[in-house]
Amino acid sequence: MSWTKKILRVNLTEGRIEEEPLNMEWAAQYIGQRGLATRYMFEETDPGCDPLGPGNRLIFATGPLTGTMASTGGRYSVITKSPLTGAIACSNSGGFIGAELKSAGWDMIIFEGKSPGPVYLNIVNEHAELVGADDLWGKSVWETDRLIHERTGDPQTRIAAVGRSAEAGCLYAAVINDLHRAAGRSGVGTVMASKNLKAVAVRGTRGVGNIKDPARFLRSTTEQKKVLAENAVTGQGLPAMGTQVLMNVINEIGALPTNNMQEVQFKDANKISAEAMQEPRESDGKPNLTTNAACFGCTIACGRISTIDQGHFSVENKPEYWGNSGGLEYEAAWAMGADTGVGDLDALTYTNFVCNEDGMDPISFGATVAAAMELYEKGAITSEQTDGMELRFGSAEALVWCVQKVATGEGFGADLGLGSRKLCEKYGHPDLSMTVKGQEFPAYDPRGVQGMGLTYATSNRGACHLRSYTVASEVLGIPEKTDPLVTDGKAGLVKAFQDATAAVDSMGLCVFTTFAWTLDNMAPQLDAACEGDWDVDRLLEAGERIWNLEREYNMRAGLSGADDTLPPRLLKDAARTGPAEGKVCGLDQMLPEYYSIRGWTENGQLTDETRKRFALPA
Amino acid sequence: MLRSLTIDPDKCTGCLQCEMACSYENEGVFNPAKSRIKVFTFHDEGRFVPYTCTQCDEAWCLHACPVDAIRMNRETGAMEVSDSVCVGCKVCTIACPFGTVNYNQDTGKVIKCDLCGGDPKCASACPTAAITYVDADATGLDKMRAWAARTDNAASASN
Repeated sequence: MSWTKKILRVNLTEGRIEEEPLNMEWAAQYIGQRGLATRYMFEETDPGCDPLGPGNRLIFATGPLTGTMASTGGRYSVITKSPLTGAIACSNSGGFIGAELKSAGWDMIIFEGKSPGPVYLNIVNEHAELVGADDLWGKSVWETDRLIHERTGDPQTRIAAVGRSAEAGCLYAAVINDLHRAAGRSGVGTVMASKNLKAVAVRGTRGVGNIKDPARFLRSTTEQKKVLAENAVTGQGLPAMGTQVLMNVINEIGALPTNNMQEVQFKDANKISAEAMQEPRESDGKPNLTTNAACFGCTIACGRISTIDQGHFSVENKPEYWGNSGGLEYEAAWAMGADTGVGDLDALTYTNFVCNEDGMDPISFGATVAAAMELYEKGAITSEQTDGMELRFGSAEALVWCVQKVATGEGFGADLGLGSRKLCEKYGHPDLSMTVKGQEFPAYDPRGVQGMGLTYATSNRGACHLRSYTVASEVLGIPEKTDPLVTDGKAGLVKAFQDATAAVDSMGLCVFTTFAWTLDNMAPQLDAACEGDWDVDRLLEAGERIWNLEREYNMRAGLSGADDTLPPRLLKDAARTGPAEGKVCGLDQMLPEYYSIRGWTENGQLTDETRKRFALPA
Repeated sequence: MLRSLTIDPDKCTGCLQCEMACSYENEGVFNPAKSRIKVFTFHDEGRFVPYTCTQCDEAWCLHACPVDAIRMNRETGAMEVSDSVCVGCKVCTIACPFGTVNYNQDTGKVIKCDLCGGDPKCASACPTAAITYVDADATGLDKMRAWAARTDNAASASN
């Protein structure tokens, strides 16, 4: 129960839409959302398929707790094979469309094939139809959202769409839902556009019922909301400061990658921090931050709602950017700020707006601009490619120019849309690409937080902080403090975080709850809602099973243990300032132990024994 | 003691816990579409505003109903719809100046807030105390206190 037990299968090639039952045998093993959709990917796609070809699938998947009163129970994920990495992609988003899809009666939508022309999928409860979208093609996410709302006439319609960047082939295009929430990473939006699918619009008025033990569920969710409210991070830090609370903290510990990861501390970190977002501006006396905001069902409410200074050069005479919209989160502020050396809060808020407006992952965008700036400063890229724009570290003008180019894919925007790896290869300096498996790093330098080095190297979707956020332990002391500068014990820590997170991502809950919750807090909620007995051990086993299946998919897609590595800069060039001064990332001290406790070979391959242990499909 | 729902939109984060609590209490499903309290989002302004019936003493809905399906609950002060009497004519939805009586096409009856019989679930579910259930005579006191605190007594004394 709590699953709707229904899948909407949409064959875009033939324009055929069918309802089918959810495979409950798989749900018992893979829970939902990330795990269960990966099981479907494994069954239905050739891992070697062209990510942008019709053989790839695109899955929108909710979890069993999506759409319920469990705090943060509004998540959905987009699962597909990534064009950025060639590996499995799973991008998780909040907002409201996940719960709306569940409320319409669907656990998942599986898109297959490729539509002959632009379409969007319109769902109203059990009715689903593909609607021609010739008029929407070439429009931004925001414009598409407005136009579809005009058509449905229902302001409650929830919409996920891709922007012009995805249409232009930007390899890190996101799926944006509810105007400013993103299934952001790995180019899931690029895959959506490759299928000529512009948007998914959902209205669900059936609701989510079917709770196994309603009284116990309400009691459990109420208790656990109290735990979130009383925790310093989820009850105070995140609602007040957002994830941006980290900017100054991570800078102080010397793990804030700066200027394409050449440095580990940024001199202007305080200018782009949570604290800066609350400072009244000189021009109009208002702070950048208007308020915090919640996704569906979330009692933490870490989201930022911000405005840009109307006099800032990026929005001068552009009133369409003067209202409130989704503000800076830490990762975006870091990638577009510290990593490019830009300490201009309004410029970053503007580029963040544009990333939402035209559907780009701000992490990969910022990190790719940072790589381009280093290539420019080294002379590999010249002003000939950039129409005269000087791509220098610290230049807000260059950053703003870049976001406008990538949004439409025009001119040098097409190069920037390749992502850091292909851009650096194209201009002859592959070593300058700060990526793993082709995906750009997030905001923690693994020289200053060693566990994150192993996290990045082994992440199944390329460099990512959300696969095992050991920063919680190494920096914040959650659930217990470990030393960020040592490698001892990190293999076990990373594995534990990876398995638990895979379970969280498959339930419909947000990983940010894990600042306060462990699986001990989640299992009772899931168990009260869903059939079958769900305890912590079973969740951990499912998490580990999911991790191994993702790995198996990637191995069959042609990746190998050799891809579990970091750029030479992080392995050879020591940090030059801060507490990590003199340190490189000691990946080689962690990786063999990690393979061993995973039950993999020395080369990082799954063994038959491990496959059997988790009953992985053949 | 009569109590009232009071709403402070400044505290609302738009999480919809109130809508889920309301719909679960009344319909047995988590379903914002069937909630008697609604949170409206004003995106450009960055504002979230929960809105529901204020239980007017001289209730337009009650007076407009041609079959007397809406009655006041003497204990809670709530105007309650009797499903067995309501004929679904929707005249009350027109009469209500605030739009807080709504038609439910699944049942053919109107729905409105009934204060959950004196234990409104929206208020207990609200994580930020944007919705509270307080002594009816005290509605507005918090707002008065907030405005009083902003009065610049020191400055006016020195003028």
